[in-house]
Amino acid sequence: MSALSLVPNADRVAADAAALRAPLAIRGLTVSYGQQPAVFSVDMTLRAGAMTAIVGPNGAGKSTLMKAALGIVTPLSGRITAFGAPVELQRHRIAYVPQRASVDWDFPARVIDVVLMGMYRDLGLLGRVRAHHRDFARDCLDRVGMTDFADRQIGQLSGGQQQRVFLARALAQNADLYMLDEPFAGVDAATEKAIIAVLKGLRDEGRTVLVVHHDLATVAEYFDDVLLIATRKVAEGPVTQVFTADNLQATYGGRLATQQIDRLPGAGA
Amino acid sequence: MGADFVTLSLTPILIGALAAVACALPGNFLVLRRQALIGDAISHVVLPGIVVAFLITGAVATLPMILGAACAALVAVALIEAVRRLGRIEPGAAMGVVFTAMFAGGVLLLEQSDTSSVHLDVEHALYGNLESLIWLDASGWGSLTDPVALAGLPPELGRIALTLVAVALFTGIFWRPLALSTFDEGFARSLGIRTGALGLALVVVSALAAVAAFDAVGSIIVIAMFICPPAAARLMTDRLGAQVGWSVVFAILSAILGYVLAGYGPGWFGLGASVSAAGMIATVSGVILALAAVFGPRRRGAIVAT
Ligand SMILES: Nc1ncnc2c1ncn2[C@@H]1O[C@H](COP(=O)(O)OP(=O)(O)OP(=O)(O)O)[C@@H](O)[C@H]1O
Ligand SMILES: [Mg+2]
Repeated sequence: MSALSLVPNADRVAADAAALRAPLAIRGLTVSYGQQPAVFSVDMTLRAGAMTAIVGPNGAGKSTLMKAALGIVTPLSGRITAFGAPVELQRHRIAYVPQRASVDWDFPARVIDVVLMGMYRDLGLLGRVRAHHRDFARDCLDRVGMTDFADRQIGQLSGGQQQRVFLARALAQNADLYMLDEPFAGVDAATEKAIIAVLKGLRDEGRTVLVVHHDLATVAEYFDDVLLIATRKVAEGPVTQVFTADNLQATYGGRLATQQIDRLPGAGA
Repeated sequence: MGADFVTLSLTPILIGALAAVACALPGNFLVLRRQALIGDAISHVVLPGIVVAFLITGAVATLPMILGAACAALVAVALIEAVRRLGRIEPGAAMGVVFTAMFAGGVLLLEQSDTSSVHLDVEHALYGNLESLIWLDASGWGSLTDPVALAGLPPELGRIALTLVAVALFTGIFWRPLALSTFDEGFARSLGIRTGALGLALVVVSALAAVAAFDAVGSIIVIAMFICPPAAARLMTDRLGAQVGWSVVFAILSAILGYVLAGYGPGWFGLGASVSAAGMIATVSGVILALAAVFGPRRRGAIVAT
């Protein structure tokens, strides 16, 4: 055996070494709710300090992929690590914003109570909420422009305000990896700008951001990397390289007219 | 209010109030999770457990019956989970199947076996025997400090008090994860909270409260207390802690008012016999819910106005 025989594997070795430390590394992930797999044999590696979009049609398995990465749903198979360790050991470094419609906004809680939920791992079962917890929660509300709503019942918020509160709760988690499921769904342009500014701020602090995103027109503007998925992974990498008309066609099939793709900023053929 | 009250009314009122609070506490979370009918269902599924316990021991002993009821509740929870997973149907449908089947099984068992000689009938199951839980050893308020008289307290009082302590401890210790997983299960799981186990624990604790209350006051109060005080409390406030506080107040109020009205109410209206205390307590809790729905500051419509 000469050193030469190792050369063909050098790329893989380098990739695995990167995956070893990556904020999130997924290998061979398959998730199924019934007979049909929702996510099939997906590999992906998140680049640290980058903002990555998960893009794909409805039912493509975007939410499922995120939930599996967080250990919310149990996969059929696959290996998932966060920062080089099993996700269960890294929960304190991961923040999650579920789809807004997935919770009951009639729940008896005020805005500040929801933000404090982000500090659950600090507070534990019986730890008292102290002044510095409240101050930090108000700080997080301030960063999303919701200071004045701290004592408002959550059912009395607009959709965009609810989304901001969810983001504030994630900020309260003070994590290294942020996962957000469709944070721009049903929010107006002003809120979208506010949210993206906060996310870019996190990225600029060196944190990693992963977002399930639906609006193809803004992918190139908002994100560094993109993962295209339609049950299987279609492509992953920097937006400038993989956000192409061919890849989008493969992701969306006939559902997206070619001319439409051509008009997308950043989606060169 | 003198010696008569202490002998005849004090313990039933106390037992009624403790049972009501023990059911209302977990009821808050069940109502918020849209699982309120679990309380009702539990009181049905425990029937076969009680009958089996009777058939095994051959006597109407309380402890085996409570154990039998608790086992039946656990079997029901396990069956629901199995039906839901294997049948791939929604939880509500799975509960419906399991509860009906188990209740029917209990009725069949009851009919097939010779239980007619004992007091194991439908009326008892529904209304309990709250009025009979009197304190014969008491001779007045002074008996509260008399060890001999205290030893003669009805055993149901101790059992329901112990149950309430257990339920209150569970609610207090797991308050945060319970609230979190009720509001946002996905987020709770992402924090590492084992929401499945917690939900199961909530059902088991509810079953414990239901079984202990069932033993003392019958299933009609159990059903009412799981739902009415928490639902009324939700209409009073927008904070979880305050809601649970209100539900405790409403539960106690229902027990006291209901018992007094059942005992003395018919007399005030010139009617002869008194009515069932359990039935009246349930009725009062329903009236409180109706009042909260009309006047509660957080009822629908009132919120828009603020
Ligand atoms: N709890 C569930 N039970 C059964 N099937 C599910 C469940 N959640 C998702 N699915 C199915 O799994 C597939 C992937 O769903 P998923 O929610 O991950 O898609 P998505 O890409 O997030 O879609 P969307 O853009 O609509 O949010 C879909 O076919 C969906 O019907
Ligand atoms: Mg989704």
